[in-house]
Amino acid sequence: MTIARREYPTRRLTAAAAGALFLGLAACATPGPGEAPDGVYDPQEPANRRVHAFNKRLAEPLSGAGAGAGAVPGPVRQGVDNLADTLSLPQTVANQLLQGRLGRASRNSLRFTVNATLGLAGLFDVASGMGLPEDESDFGETLHVWGFPEGAYMELPVIGPSTERHAVGRFVDLFTDPVSLALPRPDRYYVTGVKVTDKALSLGKYGDSIDDVLSGSADSYAQLRLIYLQNRRFELGEDSGADESYIDPEAIDTEGF
Amino acid sequence: MVRQFYSRRGLLGMGLGAGAAALVAPVPALAVSAAQAEALIDRAVRDINAVIASGKSESGMIADFRRIFEAYADLPYLAAYALGVDGRRASPAQKRAFSDAFAGYISRKYGKRFRQFIGGNIEVGGSRKVKNAYEVSCTVYLRGEAPFDVTFFVGEKSGRFYNLYIEGVNMLLTERTEIGAMLDRRRGDLDAMIADLRKAG
Repeated sequence: MTIARREYPTRRLTAAAAGALFLGLAACATPGPGEAPDGVYDPQEPANRRVHAFNKRLAEPLSGAGAGAGAVPGPVRQGVDNLADTLSLPQTVANQLLQGRLGRASRNSLRFTVNATLGLAGLFDVASGMGLPEDESDFGETLHVWGFPEGAYMELPVIGPSTERHAVGRFVDLFTDPVSLALPRPDRYYVTGVKVTDKALSLGKYGDSIDDVLSGSADSYAQLRLIYLQNRRFELGEDSGADESYIDPEAIDTEGF
Repeated sequence: MVRQFYSRRGLLGMGLGAGAAALVAPVPALAVSAAQAEALIDRAVRDINAVIASGKSESGMIADFRRIFEAYADLPYLAAYALGVDGRRASPAQKRAFSDAFAGYISRKYGKRFRQFIGGNIEVGGSRKVKNAYEVSCTVYLRGEAPFDVTFFVGEKSGRFYNLYIEGVNMLLTERTEIGAMLDRRRGDLDAMIADLRKAG
């Protein structure tokens, strides 16, 4: 790893990150009063629905992909999953440091060290059994911690549901992965390969649930949007049932039901 | 025991008509304690685990899940919430038909989800009181997976669970969105939507 090689991506990454942050976050819209019923703010709904129709067409040939991924033996699938997780840990640690979450960052550093060594270069998840479970983070979460608003909902081509903030985060993460930056060129592509394979395999695994939503719902766009937003907010700790989303068990007239 | 005592259906089952139910209403409602709420979810989770471990066919499991929903969930509340404002224009017969179709739909849909937990186990954590409900947190352990959260909300008055969060995804909101979409597809025709619902999930 020469100095010159290190310099080049750093400059590129700074420019890319700064550009993405500026363009993306400047555009993070916040809903006005009454514009986000049920916590859904989606001013670009017609455009998003067109992207959704496109994504749905892409997913159709994959329908029943659960069977395809089922052909891959369980231990192999698990190995790829563990490897992808280990490779993403440095980025998670970097983000947790930026978030000021030192405890989680150091637990994940330890997790990385344990799995990269005892776990045979990340093939086995030894750390989970030692009380260091999976704990992921991304730059979208960092932006949330820094106080940036979620922005409007958006559905991205191929990638799927997102928010403006999450999309900016994904873009920055793309250029700032410490593992990819540290590795020379051919190895960097193996990392990408592992991550893409893992995505494909987990799509197979959750394929049935995704199929249920995409083909089983009367309005798969609205279902996916609601499920994504609730799950993302839950992961970021933004929303628990106790707060503004509390549903009163006595507030509804159930007479006749 | 709790549910037989407090539920509307329990009272009706004891032979009290609507008039008698009105007489019963002014009696102060007996609130459920945190321990009772936790015990309810404990029993529900034990039953769900037993079904997951039974190795039955999908249809057999779905029938079992329907019984579990009927025993532990506040189904009238779930149905009324899911139908939302459209419930106001429903006739009593439509409300009954919707409740029945909805119970079947939800058993099929969530039965299939829980069926993916085969080989796994659900554990009840603690509970906390939130306004007039108890939030009972559970953790689902699946082989080779990071554990994840399922949270039940138990009504203080009803003593049954009336909402369920899986990894933050709220069943009531999700189903109200879905029922709304099904109604839209039928241009607001309740009977047509109910007929669709009997086949959905």
